[in-house]
Amino acid sequence: MYNYDQYDQKLVDERVEQYRDQTKRYLDGQISEEEFLPLRLQNGLYVQRLAPMLRIAVPYGLMSSRQVRKIAAISRTYDKGYVHFTTRQNIQLNWPVLEEVPDILAELASVEMHAIQTSGNCIRNTTTDQFAGVADDEIEDPRPWCEIIRQWSTVHPEFAFLPRKFKIAVCGSEEDRAAFLLHDIGLQLVKNESGETGFHVYVGGGLGRTPVISSSIREFLPKEHLLTYLDAILRVYNRYGNRDNKYKARIKILVRAWTPAVFAERVEAEWEHLKNGPATLNGTEIERVKSFFTLPDYQTVDSAAVNAEVQSLAAEHKAFSRWLDRNVRDQKQQGYASITLSLKPAGVAPGDVTDRQLDIIADLADRFSFGEIRTTHNQNIVLADVHKSTLFELWQLAKASGLATPNIGTINDMICCPGGDYCSLANAKSIPVAEAIQRKFDDLDYVYDLGDLELNISGCMNACGHHHIGHIGILGVDKKGEEWYQIQLGGSANKNAALGKVLGRSLSRDAVVDSIEKLLDVYVENRLDQESFLGTYQRIGLDKFKERVYAPTS
Amino acid sequence: MPQLHSDLNSELNSEQPKQYLKDGIVTDNHWQLVEANSETLPSGDILVPIAYWQANHQQLAGHSGKVGVWIDSHEEIEAFSDSIAALPVIAINFPKFADGRGFSTARLLCERYGYIGEIRAIGQFMRDQLFMMQRCGFNAFQFDSDIDLAAASKSLNDFSDSYQVAVDQPEPLFKRHR
Repeated sequence: MYNYDQYDQKLVDERVEQYRDQTKRYLDGQISEEEFLPLRLQNGLYVQRLAPMLRIAVPYGLMSSRQVRKIAAISRTYDKGYVHFTTRQNIQLNWPVLEEVPDILAELASVEMHAIQTSGNCIRNTTTDQFAGVADDEIEDPRPWCEIIRQWSTVHPEFAFLPRKFKIAVCGSEEDRAAFLLHDIGLQLVKNESGETGFHVYVGGGLGRTPVISSSIREFLPKEHLLTYLDAILRVYNRYGNRDNKYKARIKILVRAWTPAVFAERVEAEWEHLKNGPATLNGTEIERVKSFFTLPDYQTVDSAAVNAEVQSLAAEHKAFSRWLDRNVRDQKQQGYASITLSLKPAGVAPGDVTDRQLDIIADLADRFSFGEIRTTHNQNIVLADVHKSTLFELWQLAKASGLATPNIGTINDMICCPGGDYCSLANAKSIPVAEAIQRKFDDLDYVYDLGDLELNISGCMNACGHHHIGHIGILGVDKKGEEWYQIQLGGSANKNAALGKVLGRSLSRDAVVDSIEKLLDVYVENRLDQESFLGTYQRIGLDKFKERVYAPTS
Repeated sequence: MPQLHSDLNSELNSEQPKQYLKDGIVTDNHWQLVEANSETLPSGDILVPIAYWQANHQQLAGHSGKVGVWIDSHEEIEAFSDSIAALPVIAINFPKFADGRGFSTARLLCERYGYIGEIRAIGQFMRDQLFMMQRCGFNAFQFDSDIDLAAASKSLNDFSDSYQVAVDQPEPLFKRHR
């Protein structure tokens, strides 16, 4: 993974001191509430319903065991001993004290971490595939490009006061595991006819109140032009994005108003001035950054023998077998696998882990995955490069710490925002809904039989829980001061990204779980062989589901 | 004296601050800011709305003092780029500190149109933006509020280096140090 040099380190150190001074001046009354707002947001600090919340950047989801241990220690010293993993692969502390945030940031800087631009109307953390570098369908490792973008976007002098927040994702594989078409900029790594690397550039995607799938504005951008082209897009947006109404301020609204073709022309015109300028990347820098993402020292493995051993253990241990099915994925490197530690056991808010579990995750990473940890936009943890002969041992250790729930990709692997329990924006609670669904569908045989099913829950239309792109999406709405829930069907975040359609009128919390059960019944009754919930929905349409849920009770 | 008609509608502070920061130094301010709806021009050094200046620069050549301009955040510098090189001061207004358009305007002035005179921030910007503003080409800061300018100047040095290309550093970090 990337290691800071003296320049990277100095920048985060100076940022800590800048924010320490700003906090002091705020507490002394020298900075108004209004002026302090963007300063604290751009250092990750929100003021929430119950307490401040600090969002820590995990650039493109990659952490070392040392960093995970530091997060555990911070959560013990400055918080309540647990943290939350977010859908932007970041980490949130729910109970920090405003006065202590500069000290927390200094602790983070000591392990090459920061909270810069994790909130506010600026360029946010760039996200990517949690299986980067090991996925068998990879075109090129996206992480060096994410790091190049991280450095370019960090304290960018021109783009810290954009009309609205700005999110970039990079996809390096055939299958999309980064929901990159739902970002302000989505970059897909591609090769041209000569085998040279470049980017297919998409703009204007996003969830929130107005969910939009992004539009292609350039099919091949040669790699050396990445930063000048990003500068051009951001400059057009900074100058012409709507600043009067925050709900119309995202770049997607500008792209739609101008049309993608016109937006592309404006970007190309701006880029003409920047193209081949000093910010153009050179081979030295690209190779320098790539050199940090080299493959670990893999051993030569007798695959057949290892697979036979794993299969024989699976035959003996049904729970291990289930875990292999749901939580383990082959890599392009023979004899190695990527495993997902589930942060979604029943009874725990999705994405929450304790300080003790974090320490254990760090230990597991040191022992099984070359000291590296990956966070996922589905709010789980991935350990990659696990030697297959160690899978059984890893599973036993993870299981003992509550990290081996074999539910990845199932209905119980929900994406869920913090909701009304924590967030001051939420219309409704989301965590109790997630919990009720997990408790209802606790029969593992039934859950496996349902197969791949993405269920996403947001407590309000800001859509932090990505409800628009769940196969089943649940949205909390406020009706005359009461919490109600709208159900959507058919969303998808993959290459054929689709936004869900509203099933019908909203339901009370009690009715949500029953309605989900009815939706699943319709699926089970109608599915063809091997057909997923999404496949069945796409084939038979919304009406059959709707009729069942809203049928008068007899 | 023709009336200053313009579509500019930002409210500027009519009281001119006595001092401002220029090139990091607290400096006496002898420039009068002329609002879009002013009916008369004061004598001495003045900053007039850029659209007014463009329409009247022949007459303004006979003005008693120096003449600079100010541009609002929503105005496109491209429309005025032909004739700005000789202006002693171009001020860029921030109607709100969260309105970041002025950052782009300043960079365009310097990097695209080769302007080398004073670029002055006016309006509702704040001290904690100074480092970034300076990188974008601002070298003068005229605060609306009464603040300690010497203390504010410290924010110009919040960081000792930067990754990106900008007006103050035309080469990216990776070409200088790596």
